[in-house]
Amino acid sequence: MTDSKYFTTTRKGEIFELKAELNSDRKDKRKEAVKKVIASMTVGKDVSTLFPDVVNCMQADNLELKKLVYLYLMNYAKTQPDKAIMAVNTFVRDCEDPNPLIRALAVRTIGCIRVDEITAYLCDPLRKCLKDEDPYVRKTAAVCVAKLHDIDPLLVEEQGFLDMLKDLLADSNPMVVANAVAAMTEIGESAQTEAAARMLTWSGHLVNKLLTALNECTEWGQVFILDAVANYTPSEENEAQSMIERVCPRLAHANAAVVLSAVKVIMKLLELLTPGSDFVQSTVKKLSAPLVTLLSSEHEIQYVALRNINLIVQKRPEILKHELKVFFVKYNDPIYVKLEKLDILIRLTSAANIANVLAELKEYATEVDVDFVRKAVRAIGRCAIKVESAAERCVSTLLDLIQTKVNYVVQEAIVVIKDIFRKYPNKYESVIGTLCENLDTLDEPEARASMIWIIGEYAERIDNADELLESFLDGFADEQTSVQLQLLTAVVKLFLKRPTDTQELVQRVLSLATQEADNPDLRDRGYIYWRLLSTDPAAAKQVVLAEKPLISEETDLLEPSLLGELVCHIGSLASVYHRPPSAFVDGRVAAQRKGLPSRAPTLAEATGAADAGAEVVPTDNAQNAKPAVSVIPTQDSLIGDLLDIDMSGGGGGSGITQQSAAPAVPSQSNAMDLLGDGLDSLLGLGGPAPQQPPQQQPAVGGGSGVDALADIFGGLSATPSAQAGFTPQLESWLPAQRGKGMQIDGRFLRRGAQLQMELQVRNNAMQQLSGFAIQFNKNSFGLAPAQPLSLNPLAPMQTATTLLPLHTKGQVQKMEPLLNLQVAVKNNIDVFYFSCLVPIHVLFTEEGGMDKRVFLSTWKDIPADSESQTSLGSYSHSPDSVSNLLQSCNVFTIARRSVDGIEMLYQSMKLCNGILVLAELKISGGAFTLSLKSRHAEVYSGVQESYLKILKSSN
Amino acid sequence: MSASAIYFLDIKGKVLISRNYRGDVPMSVIEKFMPLLMEREEDGTLQPILPCEEVYFLYIKHSNVYIVATTRKNANASLVFTFLHKVASIFIEYFKDLEEESIRDNFVIIYELLDEVMDFGFPQTTDTRILQEYITQECHKLEVAPKPPPAITNQVSWRPDGIKYRKNEVFLDVIENVNLLVSASGNVLQSEINGFINLRTYLSGMPELQLGLNDKVLFESTGRGRNKSVELEDVKFHQCVRLSRFESDRTISFVPPDGEFELMSYRLNTHVKPLIWVESVVERHAHSRVEYMVKAKSQFKRRSTANNVDIIVPVPQDVDSPKF
Repeated sequence: MTDSKYFTTTRKGEIFELKAELNSDRKDKRKEAVKKVIASMTVGKDVSTLFPDVVNCMQADNLELKKLVYLYLMNYAKTQPDKAIMAVNTFVRDCEDPNPLIRALAVRTIGCIRVDEITAYLCDPLRKCLKDEDPYVRKTAAVCVAKLHDIDPLLVEEQGFLDMLKDLLADSNPMVVANAVAAMTEIGESAQTEAAARMLTWSGHLVNKLLTALNECTEWGQVFILDAVANYTPSEENEAQSMIERVCPRLAHANAAVVLSAVKVIMKLLELLTPGSDFVQSTVKKLSAPLVTLLSSEHEIQYVALRNINLIVQKRPEILKHELKVFFVKYNDPIYVKLEKLDILIRLTSAANIANVLAELKEYATEVDVDFVRKAVRAIGRCAIKVESAAERCVSTLLDLIQTKVNYVVQEAIVVIKDIFRKYPNKYESVIGTLCENLDTLDEPEARASMIWIIGEYAERIDNADELLESFLDGFADEQTSVQLQLLTAVVKLFLKRPTDTQELVQRVLSLATQEADNPDLRDRGYIYWRLLSTDPAAAKQVVLAEKPLISEETDLLEPSLLGELVCHIGSLASVYHRPPSAFVDGRVAAQRKGLPSRAPTLAEATGAADAGAEVVPTDNAQNAKPAVSVIPTQDSLIGDLLDIDMSGGGGGSGITQQSAAPAVPSQSNAMDLLGDGLDSLLGLGGPAPQQPPQQQPAVGGGSGVDALADIFGGLSATPSAQAGFTPQLESWLPAQRGKGMQIDGRFLRRGAQLQMELQVRNNAMQQLSGFAIQFNKNSFGLAPAQPLSLNPLAPMQTATTLLPLHTKGQVQKMEPLLNLQVAVKNNIDVFYFSCLVPIHVLFTEEGGMDKRVFLSTWKDIPADSESQTSLGSYSHSPDSVSNLLQSCNVFTIARRSVDGIEMLYQSMKLCNGILVLAELKISGGAFTLSLKSRHAEVYSGVQESYLKILKSSN
Repeated sequence: MSASAIYFLDIKGKVLISRNYRGDVPMSVIEKFMPLLMEREEDGTLQPILPCEEVYFLYIKHSNVYIVATTRKNANASLVFTFLHKVASIFIEYFKDLEEESIRDNFVIIYELLDEVMDFGFPQTTDTRILQEYITQECHKLEVAPKPPPAITNQVSWRPDGIKYRKNEVFLDVIENVNLLVSASGNVLQSEINGFINLRTYLSGMPELQLGLNDKVLFESTGRGRNKSVELEDVKFHQCVRLSRFESDRTISFVPPDGEFELMSYRLNTHVKPLIWVESVVERHAHSRVEYMVKAKSQFKRRSTANNVDIIVPVPQDVDSPKF
């Protein structure tokens, strides 16, 4: 007999019948009834009306029945909090049952009932269970602390559960230790007060103990411990080395999660060791085999492993450099595994193994899955760019593929051949003839644009280039923007190379672009060419036919600091998506101070500190990157940005989206890249470019043209303002009549990274004032004095000014208005209360800057409806001076562009509690408009306020 | 850190049973899972992790059941996937197979199991033999109520106390899979051997076992002949093996679980000759007749024999009336 019979009752009046059965005298009947109720609940029927009747069955002496009733309670308590209270007594009694299974069941369930009224009753039983004699109960209670913390963090702290939890770390039972570790890690991620956060940091001593417990834990416990250990950074190289020695055996565990967590710990600790030492080399050697073995596990785990291997290969290529062949795809791999393997194959390709890789890729190009084939063809192109000695073989392979005449293969091949031309100019022109044969079959914009670029670039060698381009012109209006832009440039190139017989053609394309197109990018480019050609053809030649910088072979590498951060998250979702957790985890979690995002810098710092001899500290790489090398950004825009071809997704609509204030950063780079690299050389001629503002380091993805152009416009619009920063006026906080003679004026400042409150105290009373002390109420951002108020006794009519350093680790409570701060000041006369508004900009931290791409993706991730737009009025600031001014308040300008005299500044700021605010500042003829985006709309008004103040301050 | 809730869905995406562990994701979010999956499948961008607004679905498919975990944190994805597979294997050991029917038939016990294997998103006890000691198909009266077996939280969490056999026996099977990647031209691109050592133990008490292998590293360190030694590329052990001991002196020492289990697996990255070499010649005759000449040649030692050899010859879908 099976349970499925319970699902069969669907008659009307069923609830009524169940009610009767639940109240039956016979035990077996009651039990059957409860099962029916649970079955109904399982299929999604609402049986909440039976709440009191089911709770009545709770005192049953049958364990199975008890479990079912508890299950019911978990599901419905939230909807009936007042009735749930009826169950509390039974819970409390069950927590003292002689049977440990029941004690554990009760404490486990009660933590899952997220009803405030019940939570209050939970503390005493939980305290007992944490000290229970049975380890099964203790391990369940440990998790319950984490549950309770999730519901009411302050209660957990007040009741001293954190200390008890910490005691469990020294428990004799490994399972209890493991669960306590898991609970502490969990709580640590969302700790609210400084005390809690401090209590939950891992000390070296503790980590040492955990590593000992590692040998005795279950597989899951090992993962908890390893993940916790990964949060700890040892202070000395020796310590790191001994930790690695103790973690290494875990690499032989059968559980993939244990292996990956161990790899994470080891990868992080390796950073602390002297690079190249014997120990590092032997450790690196040990990592390779376990990683390879992960590829024979289940497909989903393979996928996670491959995404992580992708990171590991970028961080330490030596680990897997001899294991190329394991990344050859198998015919029965799911497509997501195939694509990841292909990516890693390319990363591991070198001159030594290129022959093998090429043979494989050629096979892949004949597969059936279109996406995979495309990627394989692209991979061949990337090989050619990466390994110069193999370029010729790659080209001939591509030509073979073009001969197959398979439409999408041909198109993809043409796209990559264009890259190869760009990398090795004037070397493989002989293939152009073959390419031109396939002109008619090209129907994808990217392939068409690539072909047009090739024709334009080599116009002097293609006899019928004019005819070919003309044939494209016929359907000009129907083409995608990327193709149109390319066509325009190609025709101009052709004209400059063969001016005699192509005048008509260039006229035609210019008029198409300037008069009939409604895309502003296209129009603008048309006008620029037109004017260049009509005023100074020699200059036009210099601009349009300028030598292009070589593209680099290191394709789509992650930015080093991001890579560092992701390595600290091996095995997690962040490592799968190659995005920092702050980019996708919701604000509540991202707002924590001890959060994961800050971990990468500490790693980098630690690296620098531990081995000052090591030359390259990861984060420095970004700055060291020479602007001349444009590194290819992501696969998607790989081709687009390689050249001066504008074909990344944003290109098409960018003109329209500008007005709707969506800051498409790629499209921005398009707009900037208008003349391709021509403008670079123009800059070179025109004179020294103004110094870039420090925050505008060449972004890895952006290409050099962007910054260069930004500089031009910056230089043209105004000389950088000498304004050093912005200091607000003193505000009156406590008038003398209310302060019994004590008058307080003050303001908030941020100096360096230090938040300060400046207090000007004036004694208007007739007697001396002394014994000053200050206290803050709980507030939205946890502001609290970092040290006691130091103020000497004040004689009558005397004024004193003092600076009070603040920190933001105090108690948090959301205020209304958000930025309200209630202050109590005590002196020898009385205690005085006043409240003031904290200007939000003093809460902006120094880490508010971000990569352009991160900015863009974050902006996109925030729904459009949470955007807020306000007009700030008119000011005489130039974009540069605004940018400098705001920078001094930790508002970072990430990108800027100028279109038709409208300047757009894209800015980001990060509040001390981790909330990110993104801003778009539009400056149109002196009128400033601010659009804000954040996951926390409450902060908008404060930010707008601050912008206004800052702008007004120096106008 | 880990899963927020676990769902079992039938092939159409209907929830068969679910368990909410953390309460931070609304349970109704699962309704978006199936449409998303179909959409991704159509686009050819299917991945084992599907993002949906702020929630992430991590799922595996087992026969006609999807097992889905949700999370909104930066969960440990490898942990979640290994856990989901583990849950599937627990169910299979409990109910023989994991499919729609068996879930419906056993929903009470499944609730019990789900309660025990994970707590607040943290995986707990997932060893079937231990679970079976206190979560059984029959219900209990409280008088004889089960206690949590000490093994759950013991150092040896995989073996209960007090096992007795009249006859103490251990059986050991070595199973090797050869994995070959051969190019169309007949070159062996890559070859590896995946081996498993399966143990069946019927031993009393808490036996300490040691297993010696002709492992190259061990032989070299003890100065024995290296003729017969084998270089194990990567070894993975069952959780009962003392890893730190193996790391230090290469001895495999362990207290085995009772009954059958996989003690270790290893990988050899050596050049293997394919055991059976198959060549085929395809000849297309007129009148839509195709002739396949398939030649199979064994390449192993004369004194060995191979049983149950299957050779699969793919033919066009519409062929009929074969003649041999």
